[in-house]
Amino acid sequence: MQADIDFSHYLKTTGVGLIHLDLAVEGINCAGCMAKIERNLSTIPDVTSARVNLTNSRLALEWKAGALDPALFVSRLAELGYKAYPFERNDAEIQEARRAQALLRRLGVAAFAAMNVMMLSVPVWFGNVSDMLPEQRDFFHWLSALIVLPAAAYSAQPFFSSALSALRARGVNMDVPISIGIVLALATSVIETVNHAEHAYFDAAIMLIAFLLAGRYLDQNMRRRTRAFAGNLAALKAETATKFVGPTEIKTVPAAAIRPGDIVLLRPGERCAVDGNVIEGRSEVDQSLITGETLPAIATPGTAVFAGTLVRSGTLRIRASAASGGTLLDEISRLLDHALQARSRYLRLAERASRLYAPIVHATAFLAMLGWLAYGASFHDSIVTAIAVLIITCPCALGLAVPAVQTVASGALFSSGVLLNAGDAIERIAEIDRVIFDKTGTLTLPELDVANLADIPDDVLKIAGRLALSSRHPVAAAVARRAGVASPLPDIQEEPGQGVHGFHEGRPIRLGRPSFCGADNLANEILCRDPEASVVAFSHGESKYAFAVRQRLRPDAAEVVAGLARMGIAVEIVSGDREPAVRLTAEVLGVHEWRAEVSPVDKIDRIDELARQGCKVLMVGDGLNDAPALAAAHASMSPVTATHMSQAIADAVFLGERLAPVLAAVKVSRQALRLMRQNLWLAVVYNVLAVPIAIAGLVTPLIAAAAMSGSSVIVMFNALRARTREAA
Amino acid sequence: MEVLVILVPLALALGFAGLLGFLWSLKSGQYDDLDGAAWRAITDDEPVSGQGRSK
Repeated sequence: MQADIDFSHYLKTTGVGLIHLDLAVEGINCAGCMAKIERNLSTIPDVTSARVNLTNSRLALEWKAGALDPALFVSRLAELGYKAYPFERNDAEIQEARRAQALLRRLGVAAFAAMNVMMLSVPVWFGNVSDMLPEQRDFFHWLSALIVLPAAAYSAQPFFSSALSALRARGVNMDVPISIGIVLALATSVIETVNHAEHAYFDAAIMLIAFLLAGRYLDQNMRRRTRAFAGNLAALKAETATKFVGPTEIKTVPAAAIRPGDIVLLRPGERCAVDGNVIEGRSEVDQSLITGETLPAIATPGTAVFAGTLVRSGTLRIRASAASGGTLLDEISRLLDHALQARSRYLRLAERASRLYAPIVHATAFLAMLGWLAYGASFHDSIVTAIAVLIITCPCALGLAVPAVQTVASGALFSSGVLLNAGDAIERIAEIDRVIFDKTGTLTLPELDVANLADIPDDVLKIAGRLALSSRHPVAAAVARRAGVASPLPDIQEEPGQGVHGFHEGRPIRLGRPSFCGADNLANEILCRDPEASVVAFSHGESKYAFAVRQRLRPDAAEVVAGLARMGIAVEIVSGDREPAVRLTAEVLGVHEWRAEVSPVDKIDRIDELARQGCKVLMVGDGLNDAPALAAAHASMSPVTATHMSQAIADAVFLGERLAPVLAAVKVSRQALRLMRQNLWLAVVYNVLAVPIAIAGLVTPLIAAAAMSGSSVIVMFNALRARTREAA
Repeated sequence: MEVLVILVPLALALGFAGLLGFLWSLKSGQYDDLDGAAWRAITDDEPVSGQGRSK
């Protein structure tokens, strides 16, 4: 199966006759795996390099161009017990990586400059109280300027450019007070040095830049890690498509290699990997991943199909299209643009803090200057005092307060199976007081499963499962999966549209439509009880059974709903599926508020209505029809099985069969928000203590440096509590 | 105090060398896999011949 993958899309020729391939490998989690894989693959002749990246579970391979077949690597890894798939870094990930690297470079420059300046500053601090000559002091100050001015000009650029663009948009963000502080500190220091004064603040300025860059880098690194992991997940899904390379010739290629206009073949039981329009064929299709509707629809030439559609009965030919003419997709993109605009207006906690902070600090500094002037101090001294106020209040701790907590909390979320997409997701998830669940694929598992196992003897299930292996129909596949069998029965014929039949132990054996097996009565019984189920019947000689196949609820759905209710969060189900199905789910889970047959527009309307009532909604959904609602809600989550669009829009993606990560996300986020607020308060307390000293004109560069690093360290330690409490 | 004439340029040169070293390590991808690098230091067997740094 894996050997079928066409690798040519992923191979890169590098330099002199070498071929490079990146593989995402599932299951690498320790140094032992790393050593085992590298040692084993390096023994393959012609391989020049096999290097595992443990951080993002990837393997980079290089070998001499020639006879070596890349499929060999995948099968070697399979022998070692690892699943591997080729992958391609997407644009977003490449950009994140580039940004992280640029930040790290600036951080390095600032940190090295800070270290070297300290070497010059410490003698000055001690020399000032002992016997240092003024000429020596000036010399040291000039040397500091020589180091710090170019280093600051380079490394503080992210702050300057962000502050400028905020000012251009007539707003204020955190970077405005930071930039003002840095520029004023440097300018004063230069002027003081020219005037042979005792104090210069070069060390404080560059240290401030280094601390703030560390905060930015942490933030960026967290996002990069999530992107890399999401990229691996996409690769491990190994979406392939069967493409026509000639009028009659087909080839299996990775879905990423399909271009608009390509013609793709879809056989029964396959999930469509691209968007497109049917040009030939007729089939029942299961669109539940897209619309939430569990009953199959009919696809005929001209019908638009979307990635995620499951083909049930017939074979289809599809022309892939980038911008599908499908009305559903058009409508969804329009709704989406609108909702995303609204979301970008959300103000992050740090921004709200800086809006309050900047005017207060600048006013304090100005008043301090006026005060000293009125008191009779010289103009020069008053300005130096005012600038000391600005330097000591420069939001070092404030800049670290939020990113430090975010990094630690996202680590905790990562280990409970939640990947964050958006930087401010934690803040928004923490604020929610109501959860809206989609039903299909979110509360239920996306795969079909046998629901009436209790009625079927085990040996019957086994034989039915082995028979089902001969059919590609998804309902039969569910039976085979549940039976957990691997050996198909021999000599089985398929009757298209009816089922499969043959002989076993001398008696005829059949699996398929109830009428095909003469089990209509059994089927009707099941349908009376559970109108949502698909029935597949099985007969062996005279004994007849019927399997009710349906999407099962996630195993812990009821617990999670109860857990949310205990936290005081209201739960609601809003689904695109029909009423009886939604009502049944709501009853089982004990959810009192539910809506069925809801269109994407109505989902948004419901969220807007709740928002007007002051509710903050967490939308949890997976379908294409949920995408606008995910964007419109205050915060949103998607299971990892969701459509691409929903996953890209949701604030967080959760892994696995269980719903528990949703509950964990709310808990961890709430705690993280509490710590962020605490950190901001710590920064305020620090300022309240430090500002009077600065106003009194007592701040020397030594005090400024100690206060700044002290407050940053305290904030960092407080952030680390997000991890320890989670473990407890 | 004449010793400063030697010591100060020396100190600056050392700092600059350290910075260049850092930039080189960054450029050659040594910060791409911090988790793996932590373990590589203690793997006890020799790296297999022909295995180089991928870049």
